[in-house]
Amino acid sequence: MLRLPAFEFRPVRSVEDAAALLSEYGSDALPVAGGTDLYANMKLGLFTPRVVVGLRSITELRRMHFDPAHGLRLGALCSLDSIARDPAVLLHYPALATAAAMVGTPEIRSMGTIGGNLCLETRCTYYNQSADWRKALGYCLKRDGDLCRVALHSQIGKAINASDTAPVMQAYDARISLVGPHGARVVAARDFFSNDGAHATVRQSDEILAEIVLPPPPRGARSSYRKLRLRNAFDFPLLGVAVAVATNEAGACTQARVLLGAVGSAPIEVEGAGALLLGSHFAAATLADAAEEVFRAGKPLENANASLLYRKRMLRVLAQRALEDVAAPLR
Amino acid sequence: MSAAPSKMLATLNVNGRDVTLAFLPHATLLEVLREELRLTGTKHGCELGQCGACTVLVDGAPVLSCLTLAAETIDRPITSVEGIAVADALHPVQRAFLDLGAAQCGYCTPGFIVAAVHLLERTTSPSEAEIREALAGHLCRCTGYTKIVEAVALAGQRMRATAHG
Repeated sequence: MLRLPAFEFRPVRSVEDAAALLSEYGSDALPVAGGTDLYANMKLGLFTPRVVVGLRSITELRRMHFDPAHGLRLGALCSLDSIARDPAVLLHYPALATAAAMVGTPEIRSMGTIGGNLCLETRCTYYNQSADWRKALGYCLKRDGDLCRVALHSQIGKAINASDTAPVMQAYDARISLVGPHGARVVAARDFFSNDGAHATVRQSDEILAEIVLPPPPRGARSSYRKLRLRNAFDFPLLGVAVAVATNEAGACTQARVLLGAVGSAPIEVEGAGALLLGSHFAAATLADAAEEVFRAGKPLENANASLLYRKRMLRVLAQRALEDVAAPLR
Repeated sequence: MSAAPSKMLATLNVNGRDVTLAFLPHATLLEVLREELRLTGTKHGCELGQCGACTVLVDGAPVLSCLTLAAETIDRPITSVEGIAVADALHPVQRAFLDLGAAQCGYCTPGFIVAAVHLLERTTSPSEAEIREALAGHLCRCTGYTKIVEAVALAGQRMRATAHG
């Protein structure tokens, strides 16, 4: 049987207690919410914390509240399932509902939390393997070894951010609040994900992701998330494309963000594609140009269970579909 | 080398009964159900959250017992496949699996049964798409799913008939 390595389990009831424990034990402690990512990684020997701090009883982090003036406040412990089914999320932030509904399986979505999905450990074909498999190969930069097997001359690990909700949060310009032993700080989603492959996010080891705030939907807001995976029933993304736009009275695009997931170590914004949409009325030719820009600019890391060429080509297809989703009711 | 962790004494509510037992703080619910309580209906498959064989209900929701600490299920009702039948009467889902032959080797069956029961608790008239979605986290390497999906639909149909009869 694959068993968890031994650790001391410390459940807490408040964010402050969690931060205090994480601070006390430093790199010997890890926080856990749903456990669907962390415990699987621990069974593979990727993490061996002495102390695991259980967050699930911090009831204040289960709150979800929408109001048109302030937007959507999501406690980090809201389950992916509860977000995918929430009427306000479905109405005002449909790309988030779609992305949450496409994470894992029904079991994983009822266990897994939004905070956990945003902190998802970056993934790699050479890293998410059993201890024996990794040992036979000689390990890698991300754990126990000294070279990155995706890019042998790279100084940093080239793992992929495979979170479905991460690119969506960045498309919505969400704010993420982190609570540490010395207080709270708020980080924009675009600054939250770390591109170094070693750490998925800028969260410090003694900080808890407490809350995510999505700004109120702007006028004429439309958004979409499209995902490519090997099995539609259940898989991490090979690619994800998130698009969020706003429009004026005349139907012209006033704001546009196009984000790519599972392409790099952090979500990648294709600013050129957003720029092409600005001021447009989402004509077919404009969408094709923007999709072409996604294809041109998107450079997937060769680090997923599909060929690089296929993923590169599918970037255009997925972008085209996501753009048509946001354009259809506006044209 | 740190000292070996010691077991904790706790009470779990399993299939409607409170049981007090000792287990390690890092023991999974799967390990405690099978090895301490000898409830071996719940299967260990991939043990990484990819196959669904270990699914049980906690607080009425399906969870992967291989990725759940037993320590996190204290004071929360747990239902394993052994708690699905009422006394000697099979649950309609179990009866339909039997009648339609929706199992070959049977290893994945407990997980499918638990997930299907959870689905039919929410609606007894699920569409085929809803059935397939509810079972999306369960791998069967023998039958190919068709009979499983049919059995869940049949169980729902029988439950509706009983409710109206």
